[in-house]
This record gives sequence, structure tokens and C-alpha cells, in this order.
Amino acid sequence: MEKRVVFRSAWLPYALVAPQIAITVVFFFWPAIQAVWFSFQLQDAFGLKTQFVGLQNFTNLFRDGNYLASFRVTAVFSVLVAFSGLAISLLLATMADRVLRGALAYKTLLIWPYAVAPAIAGVLWAFLFAPSIGIVTYLLKGFGVEWNWIINDNQALTLVVIASVWKQISYNFLFFLAGLQSIPRSLIEAAAIDGAGPARRFWTIVFPLLSPTTFFLLVVNVVYAFFETFGVIDATTQGGPGQATQILVYKVYHDGVKAADLGSSSAQSVILMFIVIALTVVQFRFIERKVQY
Amino acid sequence: MKFTKLAAALAAAMLFAPHAQAQIEIQWWHSMGGALGEALNEVANKFNAEQKAYKIVTSYKGSYPESMTAAIAAFRAGQAPHILQVFEVGTATMMAAKGAVKPVYQLMKEAGEPFDPNAYLPTVTGYYSDTKGNMLSMPFNSSTALFYIDRNKFKAAGLPPVPPKTWKELVATAEKLKAAGQDCVYTTGWPSWVHVENFSAWHNVPIGTKQNGMGGLDTTFTINSPTHVKHITMLADMAKRGLFTYAGRTNQADAKFQGGECAMATISAGALAGTIKAGKTDWQISFLPYHDDVKGAPQNSVIGGASLWVMSGRKAEEYKGVAKFLSFLSRPEVQSEWHVKTGYVPITKASYEMTRKSGFYDKNPGRDAAVMQLTNKEPTANSKGLRFGNYVQGRTVIEEELEAAFQGKKTAKAALDDAVKRGNEILRQFETANR
Repeated sequence: MEKRVVFRSAWLPYALVAPQIAITVVFFFWPAIQAVWFSFQLQDAFGLKTQFVGLQNFTNLFRDGNYLASFRVTAVFSVLVAFSGLAISLLLATMADRVLRGALAYKTLLIWPYAVAPAIAGVLWAFLFAPSIGIVTYLLKGFGVEWNWIINDNQALTLVVIASVWKQISYNFLFFLAGLQSIPRSLIEAAAIDGAGPARRFWTIVFPLLSPTTFFLLVVNVVYAFFETFGVIDATTQGGPGQATQILVYKVYHDGVKAADLGSSSAQSVILMFIVIALTVVQFRFIERKVQY
Repeated sequence: MKFTKLAAALAAAMLFAPHAQAQIEIQWWHSMGGALGEALNEVANKFNAEQKAYKIVTSYKGSYPESMTAAIAAFRAGQAPHILQVFEVGTATMMAAKGAVKPVYQLMKEAGEPFDPNAYLPTVTGYYSDTKGNMLSMPFNSSTALFYIDRNKFKAAGLPPVPPKTWKELVATAEKLKAAGQDCVYTTGWPSWVHVENFSAWHNVPIGTKQNGMGGLDTTFTINSPTHVKHITMLADMAKRGLFTYAGRTNQADAKFQGGECAMATISAGALAGTIKAGKTDWQISFLPYHDDVKGAPQNSVIGGASLWVMSGRKAEEYKGVAKFLSFLSRPEVQSEWHVKTGYVPITKASYEMTRKSGFYDKNPGRDAAVMQLTNKEPTANSKGLRFGNYVQGRTVIEEELEAAFQGKKTAKAALDDAVKRGNEILRQFETANR
């Protein structure tokens, strides 16, 4: 049952999509093409001298063991961020869905963090977890936990994951809540009458019916973890200690914006672009099949 | 009759075109936040009040790397400021950018302003001069790493409140402080600047070949020498035994010392103002500790901080104003006031003398430690300064490797070997890009 709307005018449909296409071209295709072009060049910081170096920026990167190590960090980080982000917000959404009184207040509070800029979220969490003055550090000390993410790899990674997840929960929550509310009550009631408990009802009815939402959020969250988390990292660990929290996009930012090494930074962003394209294709080809629309 | 008409016309013209005689504005981009920013604005205001032809307009552009990035982007768009404050790490990048900057010695000559590089401390002149001794940028805010102790903590542990002179003494003191229940015994700010750059100069060992990179772009790092390995091994061992608390890559250690958490710290001379303001410590500052078995130690330390670069592509009359302002900046009384207000080093000999004669150091003991340490001995090729391309990345690499050593993930030797290897690749890249 496909819906088809046919425009009579020849130019109207094009005119209607033109603004969107213009924005995509200017803010996505044009910079992307420029990044590809820069990735074949070696430039000094001020752009006074430019040499065409072919694939040298790429070969340099793949020879660098530390660059390869940051793939592993990125993988661990992204899986943690995407998975815990989805799990926690699904839990919160199912809870909020059952709230009868003051639901609006709960929802507003849960959506609030989304309005906070990544860098500010990072600073906020860095303060809470600051090695000497942080309130969480103080509490953890009471439990005998020595908390110093400045020099502890796992604690540093935990911190950036918490800050990144916190930032994204609101967005996920919003979609999950909308998804939950569109599930027909009658289905759940029927299952309840048949004697299915809450857990069974959730896993056999609610979760499968939510799968389109979950799939959409999975794609969005992976993209978020890959691209949008550098603000959080810059405000907290700056990739350290060592390179424990240096994810690919942070290195792009550090090398390009802070160190003015545009060639290598562009090459890295081209690599990153291909990874995310590949991941999205994989998600659509293999995971989408399990989605029930 | 004719005259009055003319005069009236002139008056009308002046009335309706107030911009005809407007001042020439000179843009100065800087990275001095908070109290330092206020002090900087005072300097600019003083110059603006003194003459009417030029007006210095200051803009805070964020941290050092941020304002440098902003200026590079502005330059690419043809909108660079006249004057840009660049941190010492960016010096090589600026020097290599011929065509983007106007060397200060050239600017002063063209504008006919008197300018004597010898008026500055040798460690300052050396840092910002090319191999021929021409000063390319104007020194502005210089600091160096110093050793701070909190005498209260020493007394509480039953120790005489005297700063240890050597690293051997420091370790022995640290053990006693730890045994007496002191949690954070020793910490450091800027690990690469203190424990690699200043450490090398202080012990008269090279950081890199070609006079620490000052002699050419084909330089390589030499920070995996036995002296360096010995020092980092000692620090890693101290970290393991809880005698050294790592605080982070920038100035996080300042707060740890100023807040009364740590008993000893190697941090910037510029942290003194904050230490006094916090008022939680019975502080004493002295020279950096050294290894007494290294020949020639202690030598002299190197500067940190920033200098002012003049960007290219402006009109001659604008440059005249820039030159006038730089002349104003190097006046002893301006320098001395800046030094007293901010804690940065008095960078000209005359301003140091002036401050000393005013009795400031008698009233504030320790405030001259930085300048004494910088001029401890006549600087050598190893202690004059350093100049490495893309050193923003280079320093990050060194800091990453130091962290690996302090965490015990790598031995000091392996970490420093890797730092040299990775650092050299960055240097080669810079050499190729700037050939």
C-alpha cells in the first residue's frame, strides 16, 4: 500500500527541496570535498606553501602505531556510549511512560541535558570528578576508591563515557517515549489478561514494536559517539592520560585545529568518514532486517 | 571675506567628517584572561592616553592555541591582526611563516624606532632571535619554572622548613613527609616544560640537535639521553611510591599547591600571584632542584610564556604605530609595573634594576628568584632556548609518553625512546612542509 503524490508542476518539487539540497551541499559536500583535497596535500600552518604529496598523509598515519591504537579506543568508547546511552534512556522512558502524576515535570527534567553544549557538559562532569576538589571524588574516597582519572586510563575512559552518555540520554529518551506511547494499549492489556508478567510483556511486545525507534537511535548514537564527542573530551581529558581517551575525532580536532596540521587532519577525517559510511551501510543491510515496521 | 568662508567650510567639513582625523587603530590579539587580562588592558590604555595618533584595541581570543588558530584562520582570510601574542611553543611555527609575519627588528628599523636586543636578558633574546641574532618577535610575558615549598607542611612533619636543593635531598624529604602522613608530597605543572625542557637546560644537556633546533629545521630530539632517562626513572619510581602526585599536562598543579594539598611543587613563576592570593600556604620559592652528579648543573633555566608577533600585510603608517607601541612596551617603567603586577619575569635588565632599586624584592623576598635562575650562568647552546616545528604536537607526544612512564605502563627508557621516535617524525613533516 504505497502512497503516491504527483506534482503537476515540473519545477515545484525541485524548488521545494532546493533549500535542503543547498544546505547539504554547502555544509556537507563542499567541506567534505575540501577535506579530501587537503588530505593529499602538505601545507604549513599559514597556507603559504602547499605541496601535493599524494597518499603520504595516509601512509604516515597507518605506519603510526598510536594512530592504529586509537581505533581500538574509539571502538570501545563508541560501543560503551551507544549501548549504555540506549539502555539507560530506554529504562527511563519505560519508567516515565508509567508515571501518572507530574509526568510533564519528569519529562522536562529528563530532556533538559540535551540543551547543554558538549563542552559545558564536559566541564560539569570534570568538576564533579576533579581529582582533588571534585565532590564525587570525595565520596569515592569515603568508599576507599582512589579516584584520579588524570593518571588512570580506565577512570578517564569512564569519565568521558559518562559525560557523553549523559548528554545523549535526553535525545534517546524523547524518541523512546514517543515510541512507547504509540504502542497500542490494547495489545499490552490483552497480553496481561493472558497472564504475561511485566518483563514478558516488555520483551515480547514492547521491545519488538519499538525496534524501528531503537534502530534509528542506534545509527544516530553511533554517529554521535564518532563525531560529536570531541567537545566533551577536550573539556575533560584532552585525550589523556597517554592516549587512553584519544578517539579518532579528537585527534582530528587536535591535529587540525590546535596544531594547524591540516593535511594529516584532513586525511584522518576522510578515514573517519569512510568508517562511518561503512558502519551505516552495515547497520542498514544487516540490522535493519531484524526491525519490524 | 574669503578667509572666513574658507574657515567656515573647513569647520563644517571637520564637523561632518569627524573620521577624517580619526586615530589609526591597531589590533592586538592576546590570551591573557582574568587578572592578567586587566593588567594587559592597563598597559594598552596607558599607551592610548599618552598619545593620540594610534589606538591599541585589545581582544581576548581564548587560550594560547586558540588565539593562534584564530590568527591563522584570519590570516588565510586576509584579516590578520597587527599584533598577535604567541606562546613559546608556537615560536618555530611563526618563524617559519615568512610572508605571514613581519620581523620585529625589521619593523623597528623601518619605523626608525630605537631597538636594542641586548637590553633583554640573554635567555629571552636567544629564544626569539634567528641564528644571526636578529630578534623576530617582541618578548612580552616570560616566566620560568620554579620550586615551591609549603613550610607549614615541613614543620608539621618535624622537618626544618628549608627547600631541598638537589633531587636526592628532595626524595629524602619526600619520604619523611610521606611517613609523617602527608598525602600529596610533590607535584608538578607542565610536565614537558619542567621535566624535559627546563630540566635539560638546568643540567646543560641538549633537548635536540642543532642547538635545540635553533640552528636549522633538520634537528632531531635527544631527550632519551642517560641523564633524561635517569630523571624520568626517578620520577616514575616516586610516583609508584606515592611520593609524586601527577596533576595533568598544564597548570593543574598550581591549584594543588595553592590550595594546601601538596607540600612541594615545580610550577611556573607566574603561579606566585595566585599562591599569595589563595593565602593557604606558608610558601617559599627557590631554584629548581638538580642532580648533583651531573657535571655543570645547575646551569640556567629556560623561559616560558609568550611574545608578540607582528603580522604582515599592513600599511606603513600602521606599522609606525605598532613600532611606537613596541618601544613603549620595552620601557623599564612599563616592564617593571607589568612584572610587579603579574609575577612574570622582568625581561629587560633595566626593568630588573629599577624594580630592585625600588626595594620591591626586599619587601617581597623570592620575587626575583625567576630572574636569578634564568641568569644563573651565561647560557650555553643547550640552555639558550629551543625551537622545534609543530611543537604543539611535539609536546603532546612527549606528555603522552611521560604519562605512560608515570603510570608504569612503559619504562622511562622505552617512553623517552618512543617520544624521540614520534617527535622526530613530526619534525621531519615540519621540515618538508617548510622547505
